[in-house]
Amino acid sequence: MEGGTGKVEEKKKQAEMTGKQSIRFDEAVHLLCAASIAGKKEGEGPLGDRFDQVFEDPFFGKATWEEAESAIQRAALEKVLEKTGMQEKEIRFLFGGDLLGQLIATSFGVKELGIPLFGLYGACSTCGEALCLAAMTVAGGFADHVAVVTSSHFGGAEKQFRFPLEYGNQRPLSATWTVTGAGAFLLGKRGGKVRIPEVTPGKIVDYGVKDSLNMGACMAPAAADTIEQNLKDLKRKPEDYDRIITGDLGYVGKRLLLELLEEKGIRIKEQHMDCGIEIFDQEKQDTHSGGSGCGCSAVTLAALILPKLVSGEWKRVLFVPTGALLSTVSYNEGQSVPGIAHAVVLEHNETGLQQ
Amino acid sequence: MDRNEQRKQQYRDYVEQVTPKHNLLKNMAGAFLTGGTICLLGQVILNFCKAQGLDPDVAGSWCSLLLVLGSVILTGFNLYPKIARFGGAGTLVPITGFANSVAAPAIEYQKEGQIFGIGCKIFTIAGPVILYGIITSWGLGLIYWAFGFLRG
Repeated sequence: MEGGTGKVEEKKKQAEMTGKQSIRFDEAVHLLCAASIAGKKEGEGPLGDRFDQVFEDPFFGKATWEEAESAIQRAALEKVLEKTGMQEKEIRFLFGGDLLGQLIATSFGVKELGIPLFGLYGACSTCGEALCLAAMTVAGGFADHVAVVTSSHFGGAEKQFRFPLEYGNQRPLSATWTVTGAGAFLLGKRGGKVRIPEVTPGKIVDYGVKDSLNMGACMAPAAADTIEQNLKDLKRKPEDYDRIITGDLGYVGKRLLLELLEEKGIRIKEQHMDCGIEIFDQEKQDTHSGGSGCGCSAVTLAALILPKLVSGEWKRVLFVPTGALLSTVSYNEGQSVPGIAHAVVLEHNETGLQQ
Repeated sequence: MDRNEQRKQQYRDYVEQVTPKHNLLKNMAGAFLTGGTICLLGQVILNFCKAQGLDPDVAGSWCSLLLVLGSVILTGFNLYPKIARFGGAGTLVPITGFANSVAAPAIEYQKEGQIFGIGCKIFTIAGPVILYGIITSWGLGLIYWAFGFLRG
């Protein structure tokens, strides 16, 4: 091996294992740019005018829900490239994921871009998982620019996990509404208004909740675990964050999360926010517990959270997308619904360039 | 039960407590109104057909036919789910609910082809109703036959 021990030492310095499961990058990774594309219902919600693009046709001009979701992913990626003036070939790796079986929205969405791909499945936490891995890849010196894209589509998710859309049934009040949309992000070594100094990948936490229509309750213990671990590992208090933002716990999950953490003496009531709650108007849009899906946290991050970090209104937030790890098979076979949550620390960077 | 499992059980009980539920009375009222309206409509069709001089069996068939047709058309225009959101079991139990549960997968899975799409999946929701309906009617038929046999 060339360079001998000197080179190895140099590599090691680029990141540090912190506490039990967190990573602190010696040089923070920069989040250079983001794009969000969302469906009609999301466009009518509270974040409607913040998305880069809202499309009226749920099929996005395609023939099926699955093709539509692929097209949305691709459009989000193209949007982020357009904003930065970069080309596909300048992106070294792509980390992408969605909710569909065998990740077909991602595979068919990005196949023509020619970017080396890591397809990821973390249910609705995929955006967090992808950002963790993308940041690690950049921090480790394995790439100068990487992209992240995640998506979900109401029609495709309903078809796969529940019933065809035209079937008449009542949704329980604890059910969430899968967000139709995709968020894409570009990460690099320097120059962003937002940086990622630390990440805390989460572990699976299963309290044995079996109700797949109460995913907030399934995921809240995992979110509590990851948040607690992040604070412990980085020796922080909730006040050190302007916001602690979970992915899609919804109203039911939010309540449970706050109480689970309260039991351990951690109060995050002041800081806590949930993308699933932000994205829809519960009263007017009949979305019950809130929004969910890989697209939910991604478009909320791109459209709501990042702009506030760019402007400096928020200095530091903890972004914690949450996922419920089930399939219709595991559910029908009587298994519980385990949860997972990955935390990404996002900071305002004064010296970055606006993009 | 160890402590860990106890803790999880506590959590599950607590989840049960704090999860909001639909208001039962309101739901029942919705189901009564919607289901009642559908059945009233059926009665109107039936009476009309009889008034036209059709015999009761034929009139009954027309009634079922028209309700199913109406339900399928409403499903096609994506209106049936909207009614069901209000009506709940009131839209599910009458024959219109059955028609909706067959038409909805047919529309959704059409894209996966005539055989593997519509053919295989048209009864994904109605299948259990058909299967267990047939088994139940078979069982009831057996009981009916047994009673007849006993009475001589």
